[in-house]
Amino acid sequence: MLGFLAHRALGMLGALFVASLVVFIVLDILPGDPALLMLGIDATPEALAALRAEMGLDLSAIERYLGWIGGVLRADFGTSLTYDVPVITLIQDRLSVTLPLAIMSFILAVVISLPLGLFAATRQNRPGDYMTMGFSQIGLAIPNFWFGILLILVFAIQLQWVSAGGFPGWEEGWLAALGALMLPSIALAMSEAAILTRMVRASALDCYREDYVRTARAKGLGERAVLWRHVLRNMMIPVLTLMGLQFAFLVAGAVIVENVFYLPGLGRLLLQAIFQRDLVVVQNVILLLAALVVLVNFTVDVLAAWIDPRPKVLR
Amino acid sequence: MSLASHMTPDANGIGARIRRYPNLLLGLGLTGVIVGMGLLAALYTPHPTDGVSIASRLQGPSLTHWFGTDMFGRDLLSMMMKGAQNALIMGCVAVGIGLIFGVPAGMLAALRPGPAGDFLMRGADLVFAFPAILTAVLIAALYGPGVVNAILAVGIFNIAVFARVTRGAVQNVAARPFVRAAQALGQSPVAIAWYHILPNAAGVILVQASIQFAVAILAEASLSYVGLGVQPPDPSWGKMLRDAQTLMFTHPMQAIQPGVAIMLAVLAFNLLGDGLRDMLDPRSRPREG
Repeated sequence: MLGFLAHRALGMLGALFVASLVVFIVLDILPGDPALLMLGIDATPEALAALRAEMGLDLSAIERYLGWIGGVLRADFGTSLTYDVPVITLIQDRLSVTLPLAIMSFILAVVISLPLGLFAATRQNRPGDYMTMGFSQIGLAIPNFWFGILLILVFAIQLQWVSAGGFPGWEEGWLAALGALMLPSIALAMSEAAILTRMVRASALDCYREDYVRTARAKGLGERAVLWRHVLRNMMIPVLTLMGLQFAFLVAGAVIVENVFYLPGLGRLLLQAIFQRDLVVVQNVILLLAALVVLVNFTVDVLAAWIDPRPKVLR
Repeated sequence: MSLASHMTPDANGIGARIRRYPNLLLGLGLTGVIVGMGLLAALYTPHPTDGVSIASRLQGPSLTHWFGTDMFGRDLLSMMMKGAQNALIMGCVAVGIGLIFGVPAGMLAALRPGPAGDFLMRGADLVFAFPAILTAVLIAALYGPGVVNAILAVGIFNIAVFARVTRGAVQNVAARPFVRAAQALGQSPVAIAWYHILPNAAGVILVQASIQFAVAILAEASLSYVGLGVQPPDPSWGKMLRDAQTLMFTHPMQAIQPGVAIMLAVLAFNLLGDGLRDMLDPRSRPREG
């Protein structure tokens, strides 16, 4: 297990390194002058030179990369040009919205998809199965931002149960804050739940065809015990891996959904930074999102290895 | 149904085969409607979509404006038709980029295993950590928001998807006896790849193409919604929803039609892909029993 952990941790660090390299190359080396981009074509040469010096653009590419990564490792992400505050402060503020949002939708997606997928699998090719799969097709097809708009229409405008958007902040009490995240996390969770339901069903059906299930039934185990003791555990391995991969899409979805509900999260920060040409913010937020994805995939890999009931030699 | 009726020539005709797969049938029908709408929009829309008419703004459905008008007085049906056209262009180009670069890369990785193939596949893994929307954000950060950059971002993501799928499919086909027979006959590797392997892997790639088409339509709508895709005054379903959201308290119906259009278009290509898979993959054919 230790060797496996070390191997995966190394892979994770490698992935983080490559991701940082990609972000750096795209934003820093490809043609285009970041200083000119940020100040616009009316900028005076003096202002441009000053900004280039401040951003370290007169250094070599390797020096700039090392300077950036060195800063990131010391939790120094530079200063936002439009907000004039350290990027780390911005990120901390915004992460306190995006992280709970992502976690809530993730939990919601799992809570919906596990029972639904198992329900469909145990009723393969019967009406319950067809209905579940039909719902998942529709769930896949509805764009998360439109679903968000529909939720606002029904629950904020028609029923007036919640506000149409915005975030009160955690200082207002966690109940109010979680309440503001409720509709966004439902909007974000739906397509994830749809994909996971299909995966859970397929994975469970594969398990039901295995010899160990036949053996378990032959020795007189009830269907419930077969499900809990044999199918569920084996089934979770591919499902967990997919959940990890889906997390990247959850993060990307959060960028969009935060804009539907005017949530002051990382996604909204990122988009505003693009329209304000605040490249320092863009560069660091994207790296952070990529790091989040890599970290979740690492955790999921370790979890999958931990619950895998097969002896190690058979893997 | 008796055995004899299965044996009639018609039962094996393409029409009869299609009829056996409800997903495929529904997918084909819906795709037909969307494609028809997009093609028609290239030639004709009931009203122009680039004129502003304050006098006729925010009207409900009527005989002149079947779906009503938006806040600039533009005909919503015409906007939806042009939106279909833009969504289809996005799908064609983004899937095209993926096919043109991804399929050869996947074939190369499968048929010539080695450092180059491994490198290609690691690159594909990396792209998966950056969903198309984040790539689009990166590109927009550098070159500004716009539809070309959005298409490029989704296209790059598709290259990775098709490289992976093609590699898997080609590895399967390359192990089959007829490939070894062709090698024994002295055919060149390129001829074998082109005449023997690609046609046999094409089914899987076609299924993925249909699904990626749906993904591209969804991505275009999302990016246009946040302002990184189709730019005004070009109509896009995603942007229509953005405009509708500002009118939600007074004109909630404006937020319905574009969303339904996106949903049906995505559903159409997903069903088409699933249906094709049912038809081409003999293992997933238990539904008749």
